Amino acid sequence: MSNTTSTPSPQSAYFIDDHSADMIVRRTLAAIVDNEPGVLARVVGLFSARGYNIESLTVAEVDRKAHQSRITIVTTGTVQIIAQIKAQLERLVPVARVIDITTSPAGLERELALIKVKAETGSDERVEAMRLSEIFRARVLDVTLESFIFEVTGGSSKIDQFIELMEPLGLVQVSRTGVLSIQRGLPE
Amino acid sequence: MQGAQWAPLFLFKLPANGPNTGMVEMDRQDMIGETELTMTGAEIVVRALRDQGVETLFGYPGGAVLPIYDALFSTPELQHILVRHEQGAGHAAEGYARSTGKPGVCLVTSGPGATNMVTPIADAMMDSIPMVVLTGQVPSHLIGTDAFQECDTVGITRCCAKHNYLVRDVNDLARVMHEAFLIATTGRPGPVVIDIPKDIQFATGTYTGPTGAKHKTYHPASEPHEASIEAALELMRQARRPVFYTGGGIINSGTEASVALRQLVAETNFPITSTLMGLGAYPASGKNWLGMVGMHGAYEANHAMHDCDVMICLGARFDDRVTGRLDAFSPNSKKIHVDIDPSSINKTVRVDVPVIADAGKAINALLQGWQQQQHPRNDLSEWWSQINGWRDRKGFAYDKLEDQIKPQYAIERLYELTKAKDTYITTEVGQHQMWAAQHFHFEEPHRWMTSGGLGTMGYGLPAALGVQAAHPDALVIDIAGEASIQMCMQEMSTAVQFNLPIKIFILNNEWMGMVRQWQQLLHGERYSHSYSDSLPDFVALAKAYGGHGIQCRDPKDLDAAIQEMIDYDGPVLFDCLVTKDENCFPMIPSGAAHNEMILGKITGDEIDEAGKVLV
Repeated sequence: MSNTTSTPSPQSAYFIDDHSADMIVRRTLAAIVDNEPGVLARVVGLFSARGYNIESLTVAEVDRKAHQSRITIVTTGTVQIIAQIKAQLERLVPVARVIDITTSPAGLERELALIKVKAETGSDERVEAMRLSEIFRARVLDVTLESFIFEVTGGSSKIDQFIELMEPLGLVQVSRTGVLSIQRGLPE
Repeated sequence: MQGAQWAPLFLFKLPANGPNTGMVEMDRQDMIGETELTMTGAEIVVRALRDQGVETLFGYPGGAVLPIYDALFSTPELQHILVRHEQGAGHAAEGYARSTGKPGVCLVTSGPGATNMVTPIADAMMDSIPMVVLTGQVPSHLIGTDAFQECDTVGITRCCAKHNYLVRDVNDLARVMHEAFLIATTGRPGPVVIDIPKDIQFATGTYTGPTGAKHKTYHPASEPHEASIEAALELMRQARRPVFYTGGGIINSGTEASVALRQLVAETNFPITSTLMGLGAYPASGKNWLGMVGMHGAYEANHAMHDCDVMICLGARFDDRVTGRLDAFSPNSKKIHVDIDPSSINKTVRVDVPVIADAGKAINALLQGWQQQQHPRNDLSEWWSQINGWRDRKGFAYDKLEDQIKPQYAIERLYELTKAKDTYITTEVGQHQMWAAQHFHFEEPHRWMTSGGLGTMGYGLPAALGVQAAHPDALVIDIAGEASIQMCMQEMSTAVQFNLPIKIFILNNEWMGMVRQWQQLLHGERYSHSYSDSLPDFVALAKAYGGHGIQCRDPKDLDAAIQEMIDYDGPVLFDCLVTKDENCFPMIPSGAAHNEMILGKITGDEIDEAGKVLV
């Protein structure tokens, strides 16, 4: 996760041409929303209508009694765009609040991935895949004579790295949940 | 949707003769918010409208709203204005809202009724107009089956409304109705759509009053933060070349906001300009008035914006028609931005002091702070003499002709002959709209209704209906072009049916004037499809509708003709034949800065390639 923030330009006017010069940052935002019909469509529609990126998105009801869902979105943009995304999300009626997990010192992000690797019995690849999976504390979900399915959790970069290591050994397929987020300590 | 959460704990059962009669006999005030009543969904809708203080609604019936229309049949207290096309209902509601400060309400059927409402909904969203739109929907069990007159109304309107609802349980209906009014009218106002399936309108459920309508997640801020007001005042104190840049937020905030603004301008002696949407908040006759800002704004206003050292933006949003080229927009100023919508802050222009608040409340806080501090008045004499230099350029000047009516002259005369009256102006979109903004002068807020953000041709006539319905004795004039007016021409019929004596003043140059102007300036004078070859005979058309038609082509006859229009007791279509190829100046060409304004007579070389791709 990049934590770079670009400094605002000294001029007060906003310079269109400086967009490319502005650092693109990646941010994980958590939106706490009222779980009403269409709320996900509102959030996703906002991103497409205004041309923002979505790198990953997860959503589930997290408080049944209060009808609240948590939508965690990983997005990229300049600092100014990220501020706009946050403000635009907060403008949606069913959105209770938006938390910038990336810049929060208490922010935690985790992702789960299922990774299928082709590794035939007795091959060196099979031994190596198993050895690496132990280093990454991946669980073996399924074993056949030719393949493994690993379940690995962690930050996105850890999962990226695990996938990279599996690639030469015989990576077949990847399925990822997208990023989940929460903050340490007492209620947000 | 978990309807059960709001299910009533206590049901007030009505006598056996049915909810309809029982309800009417009871003391309405006593029941609001205290007692819950059982009635049909359609009755809940009508009852909620009445409890929300709605007096007039605009609509068009159809299969999926018949139960609500049935309930309206026995509710003569609610005035229903039957339009000729759903788009007309939407714009009429906008005009009603803009001229009263109250939410506009419309009622239309499913499918085409709802899709015809999309333009007014998007228009109200862009211009922050409070509006509640009720749409019928096919019965719940048919949703998703491509039923007759079915469309995904909430899907279609999701991105162009402030909020929308599909009601799935009749017991949610009262809450949704009251919530809709809360959302439409508070924070940054906007349109809210409620889609009501026909079976929900027939079903029996519980009505709850509007008292204590609170929303779980919607809590817009309206009070300014003390520190931000202090920071704004500090900038204002040091300013040597300040300017107030005001917008529609002040109109939306209510008349008190305009009163406070006038006081603040008087106390500070800062010059003031306004966006198209904010005209009337500060009187055009005021001595600090610079005229409108923006693409076709006043020369002095745009130059003041460009050269100022402190810009105080109150309830405006740095729209592209205002800023022109962003990287050259007011390059040396510190900017204060008061906006009720946090997403407007730093959206296109970086500001130094954001104040998230209702414009009226922020102006009052600034006024109080300004009055309390003991310091000498800013010396603005140099700044004012610079401004007066720009004023002397007379940016709105034009050549009068003996034998032709110049469109600017027509507006000038219209203004002179109506300024003593309680006059409301609506417009369509195009050259006539800009000329109206330039040459008709507004002294009071809520008198100017125009489609600013979306730029909807066809807005003015139905909007005038809405204004006239709200102000039956006022003089309501739609300043129109002959192209725009034909987009909602059918509403002339509504005006006649409901005795709404609106005056439609058409500046007829036989061209889509603004399109022609851009083709002249940007596209090598290739006038592609912008000429109307077979215009209707507007005088005969007015007559055909049962209204009065007037035509005028000679400047010498103009005053008498306008007077005839004003004096006629009924709807008038005034066909004012004006100079055909007049351009709207001054103008900031696309891609240019405020200080690169063109005052008139340009050839087409002024706009560079980068500017041509802008709209």
